[in-house]
Amino acid sequence: MYRVLKATQLAERVFQMWVFAPHVAHHAKAGQFLIVRVHEAGERIPLTISAIDGDAVRIIFMTVGKTTELLATLRQGDMIRDIAGPLGLPSEVSKYGTCAVIGGGVGIASAPIIARAAKSAGNHVIGIIGARNAGLLILEDEMRACCDELFITTDDGSKGVHGFAADVLKAELEKRTIDCVWIIGPAIMMKVTSGITRPYNVKTFVSLNPIMVDGTGMCGSCRVQVGGTTRFACVDGPEFDAHLVDFDLLMQRQRTYQTEEREALEQYHEHSCSCKGGE
Amino acid sequence: MEDRPAGQRVHDFFEVSPGFSPDEAMLEAERCLQCKKPKCVNGCPVCIDIPAFIAEIALGNFRNAAVIIKADNMLPAVCGRVCPQETQCEGECILSGKEKPILIGSLERFIADWERAHGTSVPEKQASTGHHVAVVGSGPAGLTAAAELSRLGHKVTLFESLHEAGGVLMYGIPEFRLPKEIVRAEVEQVLAMGVEIRLNHLAGRSITVPELQKFDAVFLATGAGLPSFMGIPGEQLNGVYSANEFLTRVNFMHADQFPVFDTPVKKGSRVVVAGGGNVAMDAARVARRLGSKVTLVYRRREEDLPARIDEVTHAKEEGVEILTCASPIRVIGESCVTGVECVQMEMCTPDETGRPAARPVDGSSFIIDADMFIEAIGQGPNPLLISEIKGLARAKKGNVKVDGEGKTSVPRIFAAGDVATGAATVIWAMGSAKTAARAIDRMLRED
Ligand SMILES: Cc1cc2nc3c(=O)[nH]c(=O)nc-3n(C[C@H](O)[C@H](O)[C@H](O)COP(=O)(O)OP(=O)(O)OC[C@H]3O[C@@H](n4cnc5c(N)ncnc54)[C@H](O)[C@@H]3O)c2cc1C
Ligand SMILES: Cc1cc2nc3c(=O)[nH]c(=O)nc-3n(C[C@H](O)[C@H](O)[C@H](O)COP(=O)(O)OP(=O)(O)OC[C@H]3O[C@@H](n4cnc5c(N)ncnc54)[C@H](O)[C@@H]3O)c2cc1C
Ligand code: FES
Repeated sequence: MYRVLKATQLAERVFQMWVFAPHVAHHAKAGQFLIVRVHEAGERIPLTISAIDGDAVRIIFMTVGKTTELLATLRQGDMIRDIAGPLGLPSEVSKYGTCAVIGGGVGIASAPIIARAAKSAGNHVIGIIGARNAGLLILEDEMRACCDELFITTDDGSKGVHGFAADVLKAELEKRTIDCVWIIGPAIMMKVTSGITRPYNVKTFVSLNPIMVDGTGMCGSCRVQVGGTTRFACVDGPEFDAHLVDFDLLMQRQRTYQTEEREALEQYHEHSCSCKGGE
Repeated sequence: MEDRPAGQRVHDFFEVSPGFSPDEAMLEAERCLQCKKPKCVNGCPVCIDIPAFIAEIALGNFRNAAVIIKADNMLPAVCGRVCPQETQCEGECILSGKEKPILIGSLERFIADWERAHGTSVPEKQASTGHHVAVVGSGPAGLTAAAELSRLGHKVTLFESLHEAGGVLMYGIPEFRLPKEIVRAEVEQVLAMGVEIRLNHLAGRSITVPELQKFDAVFLATGAGLPSFMGIPGEQLNGVYSANEFLTRVNFMHADQFPVFDTPVKKGSRVVVAGGGNVAMDAARVARRLGSKVTLVYRRREEDLPARIDEVTHAKEEGVEILTCASPIRVIGESCVTGVECVQMEMCTPDETGRPAARPVDGSSFIIDADMFIEAIGQGPNPLLISEIKGLARAKKGNVKVDGEGKTSVPRIFAAGDVATGAATVIWAMGSAKTAARAIDRMLRED
């Protein structure tokens, strides 16, 4: 059992949680993730390790289905059944020169830890964070503190540049040399944004988020195609060379359990409503 | 002891056979000829004194029988159920030619179940040696080594990456062949000996190799959990599973009880399983229980099926269609599986295992309509931890090289079970683990 040390809401449907997990905290590096199982009957879901402090790690998640909704109900002092990690390979951080770290939506959760690692490796770090609107933008202050420059975009123009992170990246690439780019966000955003860096031949990493079970290389649920070969995202990734990734396949496989996920959520809502009704 | 009817079995996950009653067990035990030079013992990889425990059963001394078995086998309730007895003890039984061999496996199971119901005793531990051993992996090899090292007076910490101990016994072998309550009871016994367990710890990540090497010895029992894929077109389609994924979702995450349990699994109406070993049979029989029509495709002949004979029989009884001399070459579909294209295979000269090599017949391809495809064509050792240990010699298939005592090329690191042998059996995993545990003990005492 792993204790929730602090739980706060960051934005609409986005939550932040510090959990006590020394085995993860003492070994985690930028780019790695953990797997939580909230309760005895729970699913194992992967979440990025977005910050580390002593014996604790931070997770930031968006409620998109049953498990994330359940997780969002936990408060300080509550227990999480299982936390395994750190999993996956750390980000390939070295001294590239100028780096851009781009986070989209809840993917911003992974940005500061990578930006900080890139900064300590001696890079000039440009941060670009984007969300649908100003209210959904998270970790702005944290990013400002660890990046040399920070750009903000919103789809509706309610804050920063009106448009997508990809637009800012393109504008910057036209002005100057960027040596390495990290893009973390929804699959479609990573696909589009990494398409921008391709003609400039810039080393670009994306962090893939296929459906996982064990997270240890044992099942192949997380398999993705990179450069025409099958890789297991949980042990060979989650970061891969963006220009070699088959994003369409990733998106197709993410939809495998759409029907089941809807069913689980509906049942959960019905159940939690009837519970509240009885109170 | 009669098997439950197949028509009933395919609707639940309870065991096929209820096991012997005490009277049935005693009656079966009385058939034993008590050979002077018992061949059955030679057939047992851990050399259980089979005639001795059978003699105790015949006399109704079940507790004594349990003591005899447990001197050589820590997990009798498991082995009694899953060992390939027909090629081991029962295959050697003198009666196997004339009448039926003594049902040694069923007797072993009976005794283990009886003991569990009547209270197990924790084996006596030797005085503490002050040494501390790290065991990585909690499958049969890791559990055996942990118990043995603990009994010999060493402190043991067991690291397991998953959220529950047991390895393949928990996530791979289905409930109807090996009830999880039994595995849990066996794990409890090991923990009762003072073994400390760290779940959710992936060695190589949650604890580094240098940290592991601070222990007085390290025992690697990480198994052969890495699934192989066939590498045929269409393998990325939704609805294509490795047997490991399919079985883990159902056995370990209880996806059959979705949405009471949160993990989903696809329930195909028509499922094709590729392979012919225990893993393939398990996947096929689980799919039957989820309500699917199942065709198992195996590239050689029926007599070459490597699965336990009981499993093949049970699978057939339960309505699994077994298609031999055929092999999948392509999975068909847009985003989801709609069919599996196979070719017929012809048998050529036997290879070193005595089984014929199989060769595709030109122009013989045919399509099986299916909405799910499960590959059970073998597993290799997971390289994650072992590739991080500097200087650790490995064989061609990736398994860790060991000598007869489980010593690896790196001082103080030992290995046993599937990670050393390649995918094998529970009893071999336990046998090799026990040998290695004793070698660790000798090494530590010489320090
Ligand atoms: C390496 C990695 C890191 C991730 N980091 C974060 C993060 O920091 N913050 C965050 O909000 N989300 C993250 N995700 C996604 C997160 O795991 C899913 O949102 C979560 O599993 C959804 O579970 P659910 O039950 O709430 O929703 P569901 O209703 O079950 O599913 C919603 C969607 O989430 C995806 N999903 C479902 N089950 C799984 C699973 N077992 N593994 C992976 N994806 C699944 C599916 O594509 C599905 O369409 C990460 C995923 C991966 C692979
Ligand atoms: C579906 C199936 C059916 C089978 N049926 C039979 C049968 O009927 N009869 C029979 O005799 N054999 C059968 N086998 C084979 C048998 O189960 C194996 O030979 C046996 O389990 C091997 O034991 P092991 O302890 O070496 O490894 P495993 O049982 O594989 O256990 C390894 C453990 O190590 C853990 N691990 C791996 N890497 C790490 C790490 N880095 N850090 C921490 N933990 C780690 C794993 O999570 C796992 O729990 C079957 C196998 C399968 C898959
Ligand atoms: S999640 Fe099972 S192999 Fe990656």
